[in-house]
This record gives sequence, C-alpha cells and structure tokens, in this order.
Amino acid sequence: MSNYISTDSDWTFALLEEYDSEIARVAAHYRLDTYPNQIEVISAEQMMDAYSSVGMPIGYNHWSYGKQFLATQKGYQRGQMGLAYEIVINSNPCIAYLMEENTLPMQALVIAHACYGHNSFFKNNYLFRTWTDASSIIDYLVFAKNYVRKCEERYGQDEVEQVLDACHALQNYGVDRYRRPKPISAAEERMRQEEREEIRQQQLNDLWRTLPTKKQNGDAAQKKRKFPSEPQENILYFIEKNAPLLQPWQRELVRIVRKISQYFYPQRQTQVMNEGWATFWHYTLLNHLYDEGKVNDGFMMEFLTSHTNVVYQPGFDSPYFNGINPYALGFNMFQDIKRICEDPTDEDREWFPDIAGKDWLDTLHFAMRDFKDESFIQQFLSPKLMREFHLFSIYDDEAADHYRVDAIHNDNGFRRIRETLARQYDLSVREPNIQITNVDVEGDRSVTLRHTQQDGMPLAGDTYEVLKHIHLLWGFDVHLESWDGDKMLKRMSCPSISVEL
Amino acid sequence: MSYIIDRRLNGKNKSMVNRQRFLRRYRGHIKDAVQDAVNRRSITDMDRGEQISIPTKNTHEPRIGHGQGGRQHRVYPGNKEFNTGDELEKPQGGGGGQGSGQASNQGEGEEDFTFAITREEFLNYLFDDLALPNMVKQSLARTKNFKTRRAGFVSEGTPNNLSVIKSMRNAHARRIGMGAGKRRKLKELYAALADAESRGDPVAANTLKTDIADLERRLKKIPFLDDIDLRYRNQVKVPMPTSKAVMFCLMDVSGSMTQDVKDMAKRFYLLLYLFLERNYEQIEIVFIRHHTSAKEVTEEEFFYSRETGGTIVSSALKLMNEIVQSRYDENEWNIYAAQASDGDNWDDDSPQCAEILRNELLPVVQYFSYIEITPHNHQALWEAYQQVGSEFKSSFAMAQIRGPEDIFPVFRELFSKEQYEEAI
Repeated sequence: MSNYISTDSDWTFALLEEYDSEIARVAAHYRLDTYPNQIEVISAEQMMDAYSSVGMPIGYNHWSYGKQFLATQKGYQRGQMGLAYEIVINSNPCIAYLMEENTLPMQALVIAHACYGHNSFFKNNYLFRTWTDASSIIDYLVFAKNYVRKCEERYGQDEVEQVLDACHALQNYGVDRYRRPKPISAAEERMRQEEREEIRQQQLNDLWRTLPTKKQNGDAAQKKRKFPSEPQENILYFIEKNAPLLQPWQRELVRIVRKISQYFYPQRQTQVMNEGWATFWHYTLLNHLYDEGKVNDGFMMEFLTSHTNVVYQPGFDSPYFNGINPYALGFNMFQDIKRICEDPTDEDREWFPDIAGKDWLDTLHFAMRDFKDESFIQQFLSPKLMREFHLFSIYDDEAADHYRVDAIHNDNGFRRIRETLARQYDLSVREPNIQITNVDVEGDRSVTLRHTQQDGMPLAGDTYEVLKHIHLLWGFDVHLESWDGDKMLKRMSCPSISVEL
Repeated sequence: MSYIIDRRLNGKNKSMVNRQRFLRRYRGHIKDAVQDAVNRRSITDMDRGEQISIPTKNTHEPRIGHGQGGRQHRVYPGNKEFNTGDELEKPQGGGGGQGSGQASNQGEGEEDFTFAITREEFLNYLFDDLALPNMVKQSLARTKNFKTRRAGFVSEGTPNNLSVIKSMRNAHARRIGMGAGKRRKLKELYAALADAESRGDPVAANTLKTDIADLERRLKKIPFLDDIDLRYRNQVKVPMPTSKAVMFCLMDVSGSMTQDVKDMAKRFYLLLYLFLERNYEQIEIVFIRHHTSAKEVTEEEFFYSRETGGTIVSSALKLMNEIVQSRYDENEWNIYAAQASDGDNWDDDSPQCAEILRNELLPVVQYFSYIEITPHNHQALWEAYQQVGSEFKSSFAMAQIRGPEDIFPVFRELFSKEQYEEAI
C-alpha cells in the first residue's frame, strides 16, 4: 500500500488542500513562520490582469497599467512569453494566485514556493517588517482606488492623469530611506484627510509668507531664508508638503503614489534573497515529502524539471543571458550556507568562521531575517560559489578603448568580485543620487535639485521629461544641476534650455 | 492555516478600464493606424481587428536613471578564458547594456509598441465622429414597431409578472403597521397582568388574561399576505425606430468603368455596409447595375462582369424606384442609396435623372450619396446633381473620388456629424 498523496497529474481542490496541509506540516518542522494563506485559483486571463497591476490585487485606474496589460496580452497570445506560475502578494492573509493550467506537481511547487517561502520572507525579513504593513495594504489600495476615482469624477480624468503621470515619473524618489514610516491605514487616512488639508495649507502659508514679520531687526531681515535647511532626497514628500500651487486633492494623489511606492521599496532591495529563499524552500520541502514517501518519482521528475529551469544561469556569452538570475544566485547561496554549516571545508572555516559548523537552520533564518541583497551577498557569497558561477568583473571606463577584466574567480579576485556584485544590488548605487537643495523662497520660487554624479555616470536621456513632470507639480521653475565633486557639469532648467558647462 | 478559493469564475476583465484608458490616451495614433489599414487592406478584409503600432517614444514613461558612460565595474557569470588584466575590445556602436539590475525592456529601443484591437474597436475608430443622417428623424416620424420594456411596479397585473420581493416587503410593512397599536396595548396588558399577579388580585388578572387572549387572537388575524400587498412588474411598450435598412448600390458598368474604378466603388459600398450594420439590425442590399438599361444583379455579377455600351443613368434610378415601390415600404424600411459612376451620361438624360431624384426617390430615402470616380473634369450629370444637392441638403450628398486614397476621406466627409448637423 503506497503512501502517496496522489499519483495523477491533474489537480482537484481536495488534493490541493491535502498538499497544502502536508507542506504546512513540513514547513512548521523547519520553523517557517508565515501569515495565514489565501490561495486563489485563477485562469490565464486573470493572471494577465494580475500581472498588469504590478501584482496588486486592486489598484487605481491608470493608462500605464493598460499599456502593461496590452503588452502582456500580446506576448502571451503570440506564445512569446509564458505567464508566471504564481503571483504572491505581501499582505495578511498572504494572497497567492495559482494558475488553473498548472499540473498538480506544479501547484505543489507553487504552494511551497509562494505560500511558505515568500510568505515567511514577507513576515520575517527586517525590511518588510520595517517598511510595510501587510495587514493594511489591501485596505489602503481600496482606499486609494476610491479616492482616485472620486477625484476623477470631480476634477476630470485628464487632470488626475496628469498628476499621476508626474508622480509615477518620480516614484523611486518617494521613499524615506532612513526613517521608519508610519504604518498606513485606510481608515486613518480617510479620517485625517480633511484635517491634513487644513494644517498643510497653514504650513504652506507660513512658508510662502512674504510680508516681513514685525519682530525682525535689520540683520535678520537681510539674511536670506535658507529652505530646505537640509537637502531632501524624498522628492515626492517634499512636493506634497511644500509645492506652492497644488490643490489639496493633488497633494493627496502625490501621497498615495508615495505610499504605494514605499510599500514596494523592500521588494526592490531583496529580489535575490526573496526568490532564493522561496526557491530553497520549495526544493527542500518537496524533497522532504519525497523522502517521507508522500510523492512518487514521476512527481519529482516533473518538479525537478521546472526547478532546474528556474535556477538556470546562462553564461554572459549565451544568447539567453539576461543578467544574473536572482533565482539561481539566491537559491545557490542559501544551499551553500547550509553546506557551510553542515560540512565546512578549510576554506569555508577561514572565510566564514562565524557560521561554519553551526546549526544550519538557525543560520539560514538569521540570514533571511536581517539582510538585504547587498549585505547578504557581501556577507555570505562564498569563494566556492564564485568558482561555480565562474564570476568575473569587468571595468568599463568610457574614456578607455577597452574593457578591462579586473577580477576573476581566484584568490586575488574573490573579495573584489563579491564587493562589486554586492554594489550592483545597492539601490543607492543603482539609482542616481538626486536631492532637493534649495528653494528660492523669496525670489522666483524656483526649486533646485542637485545630482551628485557617481563614477562619472551621467543621467539618462529622458531626465528632461522628468523635469517637466516636476515642473508641473511644483508650478515654478525647476533647475537640475549635475555635480562631480565641486565642479558643476551641467545645469538643466525647466522651462527653458539646458546649458552644458 | 490556508484557505483555497476558486476565483476562476470572477470577472477576467479587470484590466478593461485601464486598457480603455490607454486607448483613449493614444486615440490619435490609433485612428491614424486604422485609416492606414483601411487603405491597405483588401476589400473583403475590412471586417476584423487590427494590429496597432505606436512608436515607443510616445508611450515611454520617463524615469530618472543612469545614462550610458562613466566608469563602472560589472560582474558577469560564465568566465571561460579571461584572466585578470585582460583587455577586451569594446563592441561597436555603444556599450553593451547596463548593469544587470538595470536592464530594462523599454530602454532606448526604437521598436514600436504594438498591440491588437478587436473588430468592434476597429470599426469604432473607423466610424468615429460619423453619423447616419436622418436616423433621428426616422425614429421620431415613423414609429411602427414597439418593444416592451420594464417600467417600475404596478398594483395590478398578471401572475407571471408578480414581484415576490416587492409584494412580501409590502406585506411586511402592512403587518407592522396594522399590528402596532395592538402590540402596544398587549405590552401594557402584560405589564398590568404582572402587576395584578404580584398584588395577588386574581379577578383583575383573569379579566386581563381574557383581554390578552382576545388581543392575541386579533393580532393573529392580520393576514400574512393581502391583495393590496401584491405588486407586479410593469411592462410598457416603447416605440422603436425601425431597425431594418436596405442599401441600394447603383453602379455604371459601361465600357468606361475599368476594374480599378469598380474596386474603388466596391470599397466605398463596403464601408457604407459596415457602417449601416452598426446601426441597423437587419440590412438588405440591392445591386443595380446599368449601362443603357438597368438590371438587378447579384454581388458577383455586380462587381465582376463587364458590359459595354452607352450610359443612361436614369434607367437605374427608375429601376430603383420600382423596387422601392414594390418591395420596400418607406414606412418600414430605412432606405439608403449609394451611386457610383465615372460621370459619363448620355447628355439629355441628366436633367431626367435630377427629376427622378427630386420627385420620386429623395422624398422616400434616408440618404442618397453619389460618388464620381474620375480624375477628370465633371460632366453634365454632376451639374444636374449639384442642383438637386442644393435643394435636398439633408438627404443628398455627392463627392468626387480621384484615387483609392480618397475613398475613406470622402466617406468621412459624406457622413461626418458636423456636415450633417449643418445641413439640418
């Protein structure tokens, strides 16, 4: 009498439930701490819908989501692109979508991957714990959708679209990097909205007051007010609070885009870890079931085929190369940490004295909880993996005629490669450093942004388009200066022409 | 803990609104593409969706990012023969992409953003801003057909129209209303009874008990459902504009009409047909071709058989009039006619044509359009028609088509809302 949960490849709801409870049992064995799961079976069309709203189950209406949808639809219908097997949402309960087309082994893989892998990552990683509030996100999205709709009814679709376009262009500059944001709550947002409108207007009036106050004596009146007193990197926040001409509802829209962008901030920083963690666990959990005799060889063959496809890393010269595959890197790193704990070599003992020979499960949970991609790679990428991936580092100087190989996977290169790779995942390196440095409060009310150039990398070509959007929100002249150290390289102004210095 | 939910039956068109938003934003581009398609497509091929391309630079959403250049270190997998210090040739024509984290599918590429619109949308864009002349008039003036439509609730009706929910709600309200006084009384009696019993007054208690029993009996007698509660769904007859249309295609097939010219005419007819199809449930087409004499023919014959000889246009108009008289009652049918010709006519015939139009046809048709497919100067027929056109501005239109690229603009011109409204 066999012990198998199933031997067929067709799924039924009863079987899904059984797999889910088995996987849950094993996950608990490995101390995976998760939100409750809400597993939703959907069709391919619905998957395309989910795709095009950046994975959010509900979102306000905007043409860019329509564009996304059309692109997805075209790709899928022409067969150029398969749809993801699953989408999972960082919410409580954790919502995971399974496609009905998947076979039973695939559904089991997806349940293990999304409902226990990603889910536990969402619940425990420090970035997610700090920056997002899983229990209120759905409420907030509903609130945002309704608010945007109301604005459209009142002020017209085009007006709203214009503001949202502008905010989207600045999406990545709407995050407080160092301050923990207050948790978002739809109810509170609604309640405070009116109050906020009043207060905000008051503050604004103070800022833009041009009448001299009585108490000012000669000296102070001469001194120009410096505003903002410190450079501000959260451009959307700054605009929401200080733009002189925005209507209260427009400020609310800025706020909504800012809040949602904040919600995605951790995801942008933990791609390798998040996917690696989920992949590691679907692999480990299903193998555990196999060892217990709960699933048969056929199941494992199908599962392994998909798994191997997911963690395949083509070389840089392969036609399939599309950057470093986060699934491959993440999965192998977690596997490698487990190996270092259980079966360390001398090299591992030298490189990882802290974890070599320790309890692997404790170490893994620690690595998942307290790191982001950048620090995770910096801390845990082992020489062995660098050898296996045949990693090498290229130095590209615009001024030089040649690329130079500046490190390969050998003793001299390991540290260098690891550092470079970690930097590649550092958001503050990936995105240009732009801060608001000055507002001419008493003069023409223009705002000046300062771009601090890193490694001589200029801004992309459509920066001027973004400036136009900032101009729309700010209402007065916008200047963007690129600085390299003490030298100003370029100054762009909107509206007007740019000047090369 | 997990919940498994089957969402497959939920709507799958959640992105519809966003898709519409996108189409709305790029309306101009899509319209251009549709017009191009009309001129490019073969005649039989007008009736399907279309692939629309929009230059990526128009749909691009700008973001701040690093541009090319500067000094960068990048890590790649899959080293085979490189060693530290090796120098590699830079590929011609710009650097090889950004760091892996930044690789984006919508970089600076010049590839167009393409997507498909459905047949329905294609036709919508095709006939955008166009209106069928005189549709409104028709529906107001001659309403012979009726359609039943729901119109609230009434208190009398047939059992099949009984609205259970509405009736039960009324009954409930009536029961509350009719019983309210009695129930209040009952409450008081119960209170008094309790009072009497606590005082130990059996006589008073007994009277009270009878009163209570009496009241309860009367309360029970309030009918659960009464005739006056019943409500019926009301159906009213609304006059419907006639939704049948007949389209007459008249064409000169004399020797001077080449296949090219006929193809152009066919395209025009096709557009008209598609347009009518959107407005009427049922359409019949009558093909009349003529040289010196007119004949009703099949579509195949109409477009592809060749005849020679002179041209007498009035023969076709006469035949059309006969067919209208015998088969298409003007009260029941919306009659449209499109005549195509290269402008040739037997000289003395043109005034006669104008006469037939003026007295017989134009009073009964919704719209008569005449297109002259010729690169040359106009002849007598055009002048005669022009006279008619100035008299019947709202139901007659004429235009000249010089080449295939004129067809759609001329069609739009003939049916554009503004022109039509001006004419009224």
